[in-house]
Amino acid sequence: MPPTLEIKAISGHAGTVPGHGASRDYDVCKLIDVTTCIGCKACEVACLEWNGYSFTETVFDNSYQTMPETAWNYWNLIRFNEHENSDGSISLLMRKDQCMHCADPGCLRACPADGAIVQYANGIVDFHQENCIGCQYCVTGCPFDIPKFNPSTKKVFKCTFCSDRVSNGLEPACIKACPTGCLHFGSKDDMKELAEQRAAQLREQTSHKDAGVYDPAGVGGTHVIYVLHDIKNPEMYGGLPANPRVPFLVKLWKGPVKLLGGWAMFLGVVGVAIHYLRFGPKDAGHTTGPEDKDDRTKS
Amino acid sequence: MTNGWIDIKNADMMLVMGGNPAENHPCGFKWVIEAKRQRNAKLIVVDPRLTRTAATSDLFLQIRAGTDIAFLGGLINYTIQNNRIAKDYLLNYTSAPILVKEGFKLPEDGFYSGFDPASQTYDRNTWNYAEGGDMSGKAVAATAQAGDPPQQKSSTAAPKAPFPPPLMPEKVAYDLTLQHPRCVFQLLKQQYSRYTPEMVERITGIPKDQFLKAADLFTSVRKDGDMKKVGTVIYAVGWTQHTFGTQIIRTAAMLQLLLGNVGRAGGGVNALRGHSNIQGATDMAGVFDSLPGYLKVPDPTDKDFKTYIDRITPKTVKPAGWDSFNYYSNTPKFAVSFLKAMYGPAATKENDWAFHYLPKVDRNYSWAQIWDNMYRGSVKGMFAFGMNGVAIGPDSQKNIEALKKADWLVVGEIYPDETSEFWKSPGIKPEEMKTINTTVYRLPCAGFAEKDGSMTNSARWLQWKNVAVPTPGEARLDQDIVAQIFLRVRELYKKEGGKFPDPILNSWWPYTTPYNPSLSDLAKEINGKALADLTDPKTAQVIKAGQQLPGFAWLKDDGTTLCGNWLYSGSWTEAGAMTQRRGTDDPSGLGFYLNWAWSWPANRRGMYNRASCDLQGKPWDPSRRQIWWDEAKQLWVGNDVPDFKADSPPKDHMGPFIMNQEGLGRLFVWLNDGPFPEHYEPIESPVQNLLHPNQSNSPVVKKFKTPADKYGTAAEGFNVICTTYRLTEHYHYWTKNNPMNVQLIPEPFVEIPVELAQELGIQGNDKVKVTSARSYYIAKAFVTKRIKPMTIDGKKMYQIGIPIHQGYRGIQEDAGRDARTILNRLTPTVVDPNAFTPEFKGFLVKLEKA
Repeated sequence: MPPTLEIKAISGHAGTVPGHGASRDYDVCKLIDVTTCIGCKACEVACLEWNGYSFTETVFDNSYQTMPETAWNYWNLIRFNEHENSDGSISLLMRKDQCMHCADPGCLRACPADGAIVQYANGIVDFHQENCIGCQYCVTGCPFDIPKFNPSTKKVFKCTFCSDRVSNGLEPACIKACPTGCLHFGSKDDMKELAEQRAAQLREQTSHKDAGVYDPAGVGGTHVIYVLHDIKNPEMYGGLPANPRVPFLVKLWKGPVKLLGGWAMFLGVVGVAIHYLRFGPKDAGHTTGPEDKDDRTKS
Repeated sequence: MTNGWIDIKNADMMLVMGGNPAENHPCGFKWVIEAKRQRNAKLIVVDPRLTRTAATSDLFLQIRAGTDIAFLGGLINYTIQNNRIAKDYLLNYTSAPILVKEGFKLPEDGFYSGFDPASQTYDRNTWNYAEGGDMSGKAVAATAQAGDPPQQKSSTAAPKAPFPPPLMPEKVAYDLTLQHPRCVFQLLKQQYSRYTPEMVERITGIPKDQFLKAADLFTSVRKDGDMKKVGTVIYAVGWTQHTFGTQIIRTAAMLQLLLGNVGRAGGGVNALRGHSNIQGATDMAGVFDSLPGYLKVPDPTDKDFKTYIDRITPKTVKPAGWDSFNYYSNTPKFAVSFLKAMYGPAATKENDWAFHYLPKVDRNYSWAQIWDNMYRGSVKGMFAFGMNGVAIGPDSQKNIEALKKADWLVVGEIYPDETSEFWKSPGIKPEEMKTINTTVYRLPCAGFAEKDGSMTNSARWLQWKNVAVPTPGEARLDQDIVAQIFLRVRELYKKEGGKFPDPILNSWWPYTTPYNPSLSDLAKEINGKALADLTDPKTAQVIKAGQQLPGFAWLKDDGTTLCGNWLYSGSWTEAGAMTQRRGTDDPSGLGFYLNWAWSWPANRRGMYNRASCDLQGKPWDPSRRQIWWDEAKQLWVGNDVPDFKADSPPKDHMGPFIMNQEGLGRLFVWLNDGPFPEHYEPIESPVQNLLHPNQSNSPVVKKFKTPADKYGTAAEGFNVICTTYRLTEHYHYWTKNNPMNVQLIPEPFVEIPVELAQELGIQGNDKVKVTSARSYYIAKAFVTKRIKPMTIDGKKMYQIGIPIHQGYRGIQEDAGRDARTILNRLTPTVVDPNAFTPEFKGFLVKLEKA
């Protein structure tokens, strides 16, 4: 609960205010229990309707899956996979795919545009299209292949975690629509606990001895976590990476290379200064078009 | 449902067969998930395909379409052989100990005793209880098969009127040791001893080890005689849509009775209805052979009201030492009150309550028969409201041909559909269109959000809904249209007379706005009201004339009450519309929610709940207390409304199944096609019946005989088994008009096993042509691992599956993006002999690349 709504005093209430002074982490989290997902796609439709996207023409592609990948205007997609088990039996795996809202978001790291990607204190990673320059570095930066480019507006889009709903005390639209309760929403701590309980139940009470919780450390943990029947093989759920990381190039670029670039720039400035001190100002008479320059600064 | 949606959360074991709730009832399926999460309940799914329900199961078995009785019969055999039966329950609450008449014969050769080949019906005389009282320990040498079946009629016998159902003797014979060879239990044991795990494998294609795993798991609720655990059976039209559909459901009911799972929270036999108000449609007699509240329709032999009432009111049967409530002995009260609701003051004692106004149903008017009659030219017109008759089939092409011959068709719909535009169906050329003279009237109706009224869900709850949005344009409410037609027809009768105008002229039409009756007026009439001051002699409670009745216990057979449907009595009382209640208190935690809406009968949430207690009236499971006997109050009390005579003490040994005349759960019933279910093959099957190759199909199933009715065989090349279903993304045929639904699954497809696709050189997304003896269907191939090849009696066989939805009107269809054929052109016109439901769920086709 936002601190502004934390109760300080209650009228006509004897004794202490219940819960006063208690501090709670309110990082938000979606828990997707893949073992109870029925692939009904209610979350897909809720996502479209809340975010104002309508009909897209799709083509049948040998699957119940609505389309092969998420799209700039289709952020929530159930991935269907027919997995052959070691005993020859088949599992129909259905996983809700969307932005994972990484604690260490590769998209944000990669993005060079000021204010195009923000990470809120509650964990939501949100794109602000008005600042997006359409460079698509975020696409490269994402280990889950989530951000999608709209070629007509030249902006990148993805799941917002319904930041407009969550900031008003509502659950995301997909959570609200889920009929079986396979989707849960709450604080990261609570969701993690619930997920671990469910995974333990699966290991103890069912044949899913490798059930576990997907909250990959390589991206600092995620604000969308999964309970999987088989935590050892996340790839079988439609390419969920076993160990997602922010791509090396993005790290290199935004880490050492950026630092190096900074130094290079600094040294350049220092060089120019030394040059100035050493040789004095350049003769203006030798330059061309100084008026143009002036015009540009004025405009 | 015997129980309800929420009650599934109380189950320890769940068997889903002939249904796909995750896809077709996703909101209700949450309770299956809840049982898994909260109780570690196990889910077994048996289906021709690995569905999205199966995806969440603990055990999935792929069965050959149409062999459900073989599988369930195998479970019954396993239950008996492994002593997983609920002994006390079986002995005291079911017909297991009752003796069957001598001369009754089991169907080892495919025929029960009494078959009459000429009429293709059974004389059910021997399908009855024997007379004689307590025969315990007096087992005689007589066996079930003693002598020749005496009722076998010669085929030369002249056809005659249908055989009447047998009348149950008042003093039935029984054997409490269950040893008598003619007791129901021994006959049942003998019947299903043939359904060995090996036979189950040969017929169904389910490997023996998998079958045994499922059998052990499902019956484990009764391991070591423990009565605490409960298992439920959940099904839908995958069971009903067969030529033996009723019998599949009966097999499940018998299994549940053997296991003592009926009447208990988390148990029962639960039909999932395919539409939010199909239960309501059935309750209100949306079928030809019943009146509202399941009263039987009059037939031509009912010369007056007394004959009719005597025929339809069951006589109480009390085996010595038993008591029986026989609630249907109140039938005269229900019938008279119904006639008062129909004809008001025109129904008097003197005129037999206007009984002679009711039509006497002299033949079968079921769905497939209506179309057959139109095809043959005897039905000249049709009102089609709220359903797409052409797309429904069972043979869409036959229905189109039938409509071509009709004089007129009135369609009340919210979209143009395949029925209202049958004359535009693919294949009809402009020249032919000119020759179709059927006059089509299209009436724009209101959609579900544009009307109020109650809907009755699968759990028997009547829930009132309010209007959400006004009707657009010229659209009108259904009751507005129907009332105007009725009142104008009545005017014509008044002016012009007719052969028999009385029923029309005297129909009681007391509504505040006669030309557009409000549904609340109708709901109040359905609940019933007092026509004179009534007093309950026990409590001295008085209901004044004109007041709403509190429930069906107040109904009278003297004309002082009026009630449109006795089962719904109690739904709109003087306290208001019970259907509008939204109380969320659930003190027991069992999910009964007695103050939420209203459930028939009498607001009970679980039926037959007396059977949730042992003989002394204590719950079998103390943690799931539904009702119990309160010794101090001398009453049955509890968390649910007792489905029992409230003051009948356990020592009186009244049977818990109070709607049966003997009060017992029936393991032996006189349906039209056999007292015990027997495995018969679908009318189109690739194999001979392994139990009796000379009688593969049910002998009482009749094929239709018009030129449109063709039936294919494997020998003619129709060697692939086909089944049909709905997808979660779609709703029947009308979501073709909603972009959201269309986008989720945009095109028609055929689900094909990988191996079959390889054999035929078919790749995913290729166009394929599926041909049956009747017609063909073209769609894209969905090559899947979720349907595997099957081995049936040593032979490799394939099944394919095709979802219904697409047709020739809709978003994709209008844009020319679909094949524009209707799936139900493939399916055969042939029906279940009890419920008359067509066989959509198992027929033969050819598959090829298109």
